[in-house]
Amino acid sequence: MDWLALRLSLQLALLTAAILLPIAIAVGRWLAITRIGGRAVIEAAITLPLILPPTVIGFYLLVAMGPDSPAGAAWTAVFGDTLVFSFKGILIASVLVNLPFAVQPAQRAFEAVGQDLRDAAATCGHSPWRTLWRIELPLAWPGIVTGAVLTFAHTMGEFGVVLMVGGSIPGQTRTIALSIYDRVQAFDDAAAGRMAALLMLISLLAVTAGFFLTGRTRRRG
Amino acid sequence: MVEALSLKIAQGGAIPLDVQFAVGASQTLALVGASGAGKTTVLRSIAGLYRPARGHITVDGEPWFDSATGLHLPPQHRRVGFVFQSYGLFPHLTAAANIAEAMLGHPDRADRAEILLGRVHLSGLGQRFPRQLSGGEQQRVALARALARDPRLLLLDEPFSAVDQPTRRALHALLAEIRAETPMPMIFVSHDVEDAARSADRLCLLIAGTTVETGPPRTLLDDPASQLALWLT
Repeated sequence: MDWLALRLSLQLALLTAAILLPIAIAVGRWLAITRIGGRAVIEAAITLPLILPPTVIGFYLLVAMGPDSPAGAAWTAVFGDTLVFSFKGILIASVLVNLPFAVQPAQRAFEAVGQDLRDAAATCGHSPWRTLWRIELPLAWPGIVTGAVLTFAHTMGEFGVVLMVGGSIPGQTRTIALSIYDRVQAFDDAAAGRMAALLMLISLLAVTAGFFLTGRTRRRG
Repeated sequence: MVEALSLKIAQGGAIPLDVQFAVGASQTLALVGASGAGKTTVLRSIAGLYRPARGHITVDGEPWFDSATGLHLPPQHRRVGFVFQSYGLFPHLTAAANIAEAMLGHPDRADRAEILLGRVHLSGLGQRFPRQLSGGEQQRVALARALARDPRLLLLDEPFSAVDQPTRRALHALLAEIRAETPMPMIFVSHDVEDAARSADRLCLLIAGTTVETGPPRTLLDDPASQLALWLT
């Protein structure tokens, strides 16, 4: 069992979900209520990671974050290290790749709240912030939690993008999914099987916890 | 007539409007017209939920909207009570909490919510969630919530459309009670002229977003040459 890889995967998954939580709330709500032209293009761009092969996204991110790219050069100038083949690099890649998993459930949940309730809150004297806090978030919470759980579970099993952007450096970028692949390559099926079973168990527990939490919220609501 | 509300709004485009009327203190005006005539848009314009292209809305001499100066008070600053057609109750809050939501910052809001529930004849149902109430009861909670801000205007969007006959009768009676207790102007939208005539002092007929006629219900209904009578035939 590669405990280091497991710890790294858990760190990556939790940080990705935590970073995407406020982004999903902000972007999901904005997409739910905006009537701006070009909304479909923005939604399509967010959906892209769902339909593109991870190696394609990974390749573009590798190029975009490489030391010769403007973003990579700026990062090195400010922080002194490189983005690719580092934990920070795979974290940024993971956040981008998981955008649809986090944003889409949140967007659908905010859409389900409905304009009537926002209008009712406004005529009750609520500011937009207060409406978000007291009306929209409690009602949209199941969708937001679902997005966070999907993000966590998907990141735990992410393979292609992490391999392309991070390589497979033990303790830095080798996640449990990469470690399973390494063990299979080394014909160590027993270790691969143990890690695969553990990964499946963690994902099952995460999704079950998500269903439990959202079910409780729905029963209360 | 002492004007409590003076409204004149106009615009072209997808939702054409050319509407003008005034409502006196303690008066009830019913906006009548076919579906799509712009009645709800007028109500939303008064509440600040919709911004028409041109015109002005003044309440008790205070401008709420004036396209000439670019003034458009947000709904939060207009102090209107609005009963939505769908009621707009917050499904995650109890009836009492829904009412209290319109009194945030008020020290006795829980007590006041109970008083308001009594006023709409729903005492004892404060701890029920909207899904545990009938349609008529939900409408009463929405009405109590609309009254909770001590509004300067009470707006009701199609209050009689989705309720059965006994509930409709009870609502007419309740609105009459509220009018007797609270001297504030009321404007409600209805596509049913009989319902409108029963609870309103004046009717305002809207056809394709334009005010066609305004006057007392009996005067309009008894005059076969009135636009309202012609519209009904």
